[in-house]
Amino acid sequence: MTMFDQTDRDLLNIVQSGLPVVADPYRALAEELHVTEEEIIRRLGHLKEAGIIRRLGAVFDSRRVGYKGTLCALKVPPERISEVAAVINSFRGVTHNYLRDHEFNMWFTVLAESRDKLDQTIENIREQTGIKELLSLPAEKVFKIGVHFQIT
Amino acid sequence: MLNEQEKELVRELQKGLPLVGRPFLNIADRLGVSEEEVVAKVKDLLSRGIIRRFGAVVKHQDVGYVANAMVVWPVPGERITEVGRVMASFSEVTHCYNRPSAPGWPFTLYTVIHGKEERDCRSIAEKISSSTGITGYRILFSTAELKKSSMEYFLD
Repeated sequence: MTMFDQTDRDLLNIVQSGLPVVADPYRALAEELHVTEEEIIRRLGHLKEAGIIRRLGAVFDSRRVGYKGTLCALKVPPERISEVAAVINSFRGVTHNYLRDHEFNMWFTVLAESRDKLDQTIENIREQTGIKELLSLPAEKVFKIGVHFQIT
Repeated sequence: MLNEQEKELVRELQKGLPLVGRPFLNIADRLGVSEEEVVAKVKDLLSRGIIRRFGAVVKHQDVGYVANAMVVWPVPGERITEVGRVMASFSEVTHCYNRPSAPGWPFTLYTVIHGKEERDCRSIAEKISSSTGITGYRILFSTAELKKSSMEYFLD
């Protein structure tokens, strides 16, 4: 975080918890941080360009949008990892994909507009990778989903 | 469920809030509606929980949280709700889900723990284990992030 000053950190902490839904949200932030609206816009642009802010604005609840999702685990032979990852990542509905230190080493999430389309995507992944050992683990209950990192 | 107009708005919003003084006016112009309508609709989607939150998504590796552990727990069916709530109450636990078990895969609760180092994640898992009595858990550390993106809805 060396390239960011205290104002950037304060700004990140505030915008992580929420932006006001008003006609001029950046002016509201400017007042809170005692800087100009132009400076807020410039700083947010900088944080986005630097990749610190991945996204600004609405974070959707995929279930309430009407989408169906699942978490998949795959046993990928070590020598096939980058090839298989390329296949899996090419699906729009695959939003997260991690390698993990386990026999089931590739873990990815899949979202689709309907249960049928979700099943179809998983079937396509099975076919295109030729890997049969795949677990599909759709969430049955959600106890917590919320990421807020305190930035110091 | 969303109507066609709401889907149009979702398509615009998922491009990110424009960095201009009147971002909703910018979106409204593209949709051919008024700024007031867009602001009201965003508030409506928020109150319906369709928008989970309105703010920034921050890339956590860059703010010092490096280790990301998925801990899977073999929790018997009748204890899932009770134990899930306890696990979710830990501030280091960012996600907690119940998922089905599978043959050879007895795990039913999944927690994601973020820590500054791997050993932080290990000690939190241990703390959770002793406060819930659930043993036989596995910690799966992420060794590489292969993809991380926001879903783009209604484009197919």
